[in-house]
Amino acid sequence: MAPHDLRRPFKRRPISDQQKRRDLSLLRQSQHRSDAQQRARNLASSVISLQSSSSPDADPETLPEPMPDVDTAGHESEASSFSIRQASSLRGPEARKWFASQLMLPEWMIDVPENLSRDWYVLARPAGKRCFVVSTDGVTVSRLRNGSVLHHFPSALPGGARKKGVSGPAQSYSILDCIFHEADQTYYVIDMVCWRGYSLYECTAEFRFFWLQSKLDETGACDPPSFYHKFRFSVVPFYNCDQSGLHSAYTGSLPYVKDGLLFYNKHAHYHTGNTPLVLIWKDERCSQYVIDTDNNGQVPSQQHIVLELQDDGKIVTSDDPPVVVNCLNADFVKQSGLSPGSLVRFAIGDGGLNCVDGKFEKADLQYISVSNRARAFADSYSKIMFQYMARHSPLKVEDLASMISQENQQDKLPEVEMSD
Amino acid sequence: KLVAMEVTQLLLNAQSIDGTVRKHAEENLKLFQSQNLAGFLLSLAGELANDEKPVDSRKLAGLVLKNALDAKEQHRKYELVQRWLSLDMATKTQIRAFLLKTLSSPVPDVRSTASQVIAKVAGIELPQNQWPELVGSLLSNIHQLPAHVKQATLETLGYLCEEVSPDVVEQEHVNKILTAVVQGMNAAEGNNDVRLAATRALYMALGFAQANFNNDMERDYIMRVVCEATLSPEVKIRQAAFECLVSIASTYYEKLAHYMQDIFNITAKAVREDDESVALQAIEFWSSICDEEIDILEEYGGEFTGDSDVPCFYFTKQALPALVPLLLETLLKQEEDQDLDEGAWNIAMAGGTCLGLVARAVGDDIVPHVMPFIEEKISKPDWREREAATYAFGSILEGPSPDKLMTIVNAALTFMLNALTKDPSNHVKDTTAWTLGRIFEFLHGSTIETPIITQANCQQIITVLIQTMKDAPNVAEKACGALYFLAQGYEDIGPNSPLTPFFQEIIQSLLAVAHREDATESRLRTAAYEALNEVVRCSTDETSAMVLQLVPVIMLELHNTLEGEKLSSDEREKQNELQGLLCGCLQVIIQKLGSEPTKYVFMQHADQMMGLFLRVFGCKSATAHEEAMLAIGALAYAAGPDFAKYMPEFYKYLEMGLQNFEEYQVCAVTVGVIGDICRALEDKILPYCDGIMTQLLKDLSSNQLHRSVKPPIFSCFGDIALAIGENFEKYINYSMPMLQSAAELSAHASGADDEMTEYTNSLRNGILEAYSGIFQGFKNSPKTQLLIPYAPHILQFLDSIYMEKDMDEVVMKTAIGVLGDLADTLGSHVGGLIQQSVSSKEFLNECLSSDDHTIKEAAEWAKHAITRAISV
Repeated sequence: MAPHDLRRPFKRRPISDQQKRRDLSLLRQSQHRSDAQQRARNLASSVISLQSSSSPDADPETLPEPMPDVDTAGHESEASSFSIRQASSLRGPEARKWFASQLMLPEWMIDVPENLSRDWYVLARPAGKRCFVVSTDGVTVSRLRNGSVLHHFPSALPGGARKKGVSGPAQSYSILDCIFHEADQTYYVIDMVCWRGYSLYECTAEFRFFWLQSKLDETGACDPPSFYHKFRFSVVPFYNCDQSGLHSAYTGSLPYVKDGLLFYNKHAHYHTGNTPLVLIWKDERCSQYVIDTDNNGQVPSQQHIVLELQDDGKIVTSDDPPVVVNCLNADFVKQSGLSPGSLVRFAIGDGGLNCVDGKFEKADLQYISVSNRARAFADSYSKIMFQYMARHSPLKVEDLASMISQENQQDKLPEVEMSD
Repeated sequence: KLVAMEVTQLLLNAQSIDGTVRKHAEENLKLFQSQNLAGFLLSLAGELANDEKPVDSRKLAGLVLKNALDAKEQHRKYELVQRWLSLDMATKTQIRAFLLKTLSSPVPDVRSTASQVIAKVAGIELPQNQWPELVGSLLSNIHQLPAHVKQATLETLGYLCEEVSPDVVEQEHVNKILTAVVQGMNAAEGNNDVRLAATRALYMALGFAQANFNNDMERDYIMRVVCEATLSPEVKIRQAAFECLVSIASTYYEKLAHYMQDIFNITAKAVREDDESVALQAIEFWSSICDEEIDILEEYGGEFTGDSDVPCFYFTKQALPALVPLLLETLLKQEEDQDLDEGAWNIAMAGGTCLGLVARAVGDDIVPHVMPFIEEKISKPDWREREAATYAFGSILEGPSPDKLMTIVNAALTFMLNALTKDPSNHVKDTTAWTLGRIFEFLHGSTIETPIITQANCQQIITVLIQTMKDAPNVAEKACGALYFLAQGYEDIGPNSPLTPFFQEIIQSLLAVAHREDATESRLRTAAYEALNEVVRCSTDETSAMVLQLVPVIMLELHNTLEGEKLSSDEREKQNELQGLLCGCLQVIIQKLGSEPTKYVFMQHADQMMGLFLRVFGCKSATAHEEAMLAIGALAYAAGPDFAKYMPEFYKYLEMGLQNFEEYQVCAVTVGVIGDICRALEDKILPYCDGIMTQLLKDLSSNQLHRSVKPPIFSCFGDIALAIGENFEKYINYSMPMLQSAAELSAHASGADDEMTEYTNSLRNGILEAYSGIFQGFKNSPKTQLLIPYAPHILQFLDSIYMEKDMDEVVMKTAIGVLGDLADTLGSHVGGLIQQSVSSKEFLNECLSSDDHTIKEAAEWAKHAITRAISV
């Protein structure tokens, strides 16, 4: 039995650099594994939210307006049929396409919704490029609605820069719905979709806005640009849509150029694609672009609309289900070289549009041409109608205000009765 | 059949200096063993026991017998145990009798061999309740035995305690063993050999003495005898007795309060006056006490509960006024060339190391006890005094708060830099450079409020360090180490690093050091590359262009190592070590540059770099393979789907790595890299999956592979499933049963010691990550139904993990995530099952209210998925 060796490390680091490399690799691998799983789960949650929007058991109380019956036809079906595994990589054209359909798109306000002051927020929409901003794994990427990358940059968002000790674990993953405002190079945040890997798809707008306000600032994302934070982020101020809120949004001075007012139903979840629970409204005072311009930036004398040609010759809007505007006869289709699926541009003639209960009774359409290839979708019913109204009998800010004051009086009545 | 005479001759021939004779004999021994194992072992035991045989043949007989009972490799050991247990009882009884008889042999070596063999047999048989009479027969009439037999018997008892777990020996036997051993140690025992054997036996039996240490009277008795033995006139007995004290310090720390005053006096006397072998043990006693207190205080710090299992008695703090001067005295007893000798260990080194531990155990309190010594001696003409003062200073830099040290360190810095350039003593410069490294390690970095390194002195510090890197190899090595920590302190400095202006010069100097003729001495080359790695790791975007320039330089060096032909085995070993260092360096660079915005330019080197890594696999060196594999993993992550082009050539090395059971680190690293590749290639990895899965399944079934590699293999199943989705279908029938049996194993294994619990948790985590990946991979596939039959077991597994209550946070997060993945993928098919599980209720709720946000996040996900699964 020999005496036991009791030498201790002398003038040496307790951990060799090789062991350090090994440990760092293991850490990196386990973070990436956790990222991959987290991504799969996040995207799964968003697909779930998409599917559940068509499920009949949606709670009627939290959804004051009936959800449109969304089936899986049309461009949204890409999302639900898309395998999570493929989407989990967030790479390649497939994923881009998937992304493009992930934004919540407002309908145009063609009549004033009920309970405006109780159930809705109003905010002044910044003019600029609508995009998704995704921060994960040390980098931030902004993608336009068509899926193309706008910026690829470091930011103070969680996981948005390759910098240690900043904003929590590397595996976090955040998605913001933003408008990039060129003039001051700022991302104005209009909605929050995922925060630190936590999906907000199925949260109400009320919660999402609260979360957005309380969380974004903590990260330093609202600070001026710096080395690890290339663009400033800013939360768009939002108001309860009562008289003073509407007034503030409409007339208030803001650091950005306004492009209309956005109305968010407080109880609505983040719904990808078009939704009647978010509405856009504009007039000349709060937007430079009320009436659509042509490619040369001129307002054409007649309203132009783009519709999709169906197999049976019907020309329809991009809505889901599509709204039939008119029907083309087979000879005309043949002559013009159109094929099913074509997007076709028309002008609205003096006969105008006439619609009842969301269906076109009569539409005086004049064929112009096949629409240019850059367009992905036809116009929606609400857009066509808003543009039509803007040219003929626009919905004015006074109409909104008077609706609010009417509601206020209605609100007071039952109180009186109760105390009776 | 061989006769006894022939065995003797074979055993002697097997030790012949004539190679042919030796080889022939060894072959014959093997043949004999394979033809008739029982007869072979019996004749070995007979040879060992026969006092008429030559000592050499008897010793070898014992050794071969011992090797037939035990092996280092776990799987081999298991086979040998089974083989012994299956022998017929008559043979075993005869062998045991031979072994016990040998203990009375007049030849000391033969007795000692027999002691060890008996312990091996006991190690196999006692847990099986065989040979129950062993302890009794060893202890019967031990008092009447002749001294040499008594000595052999005590030695046997010691080895027995080393081989056998305390829980297979009845307390009654334990008491008898300890009584015999402690009586043998007693001063009343006249024979020194007996007393020494008893003292060494106690060292090994201390683990058995739990109950006895809880009994005041018995503990007092044991402690008194041990302390008396430290005063024995025989140096070996004193040393063995101090070894017992060292072991008691860590095993029975909480029982020592009553004895500390006496122990201090004994150790102080030994440190000052005794033989160095004894003095080193005496210092080690205090180092062990510090280790215990550092651990306890760390646990306090982490928990703030104050009710840790073991309270801190602050022995170090109480002993401080006397202990520190004692240790400082030892620092003056340096050996001339200790810094040049890798294996050196002397009283000055032990004393300084202990002083460092004392500083960590007591913090600020040590500073006033050490400062006068430093101030008095730091400028003395005798190098021993200057070195001792510097060493004392360097030793106490970890432990006290930066506030306490800052003024002193600031004042000392200029002095140190000066000493580094001007002191004539190599020894002083070595310790000074090391001390600078310690200053940067503990007092420089983003957490320190007032920086030690400022714009005013940065230039000077770097200039001196670079100058020192040209000094003798041992001094230069310490300068590289100082640079390492200097760079590390700027790890999270932000976009502008104060090192940027010096970056080029630092890199060039480090490369120059690595190329020194004498760079292989004193680990200098390794230290240079390690510093280079840290400088690169902590560099900022400002200097990425310079890091980029480093790529072709390091690649060329790696290329050069691959061209060398006809090397001696010594040269080859150094070459392989260098290849490992260069691959490690490239790995660090890949991680630095492999992402935006440098990725594009960097990746232009990828083809060539990959070519070099593949050539490294052609060399036979586990370390180089491991480093190259790690670098490839980093490269795969940077390359993404483009990595596919390397797969046809790389694949065979991947397979080789997975088959490397002996160097299990290589295997482990390879498993991790497969995960990297899965994430990079996604479904493009499919063509290689048959091969990879086959090999992984083989690895799992192998009992040769180190167990630590198995959990990552399960995680790797998950990576593969996530990458290839429903294509994982064909592996389901193989992988699921493996996961299932591993899950059962982990359920039964928990509850043992901390190490086992840790392993069990890593196993659980691997299994759970596999399930997660598989569920997520199959999501939205029509083949989802294939997984339904496995759901009940998986839910049971989750429930059992929850019930065991010993999971760590990582497992908690992964487990609750699996619950969500299962619900998400299988949906309404398993709604009812999920509702019956404990996991979906108590466990989920516990996770939902967790403070750890990653657990909460995973739980939110699970809740969400479950709600959906049960609502449909």
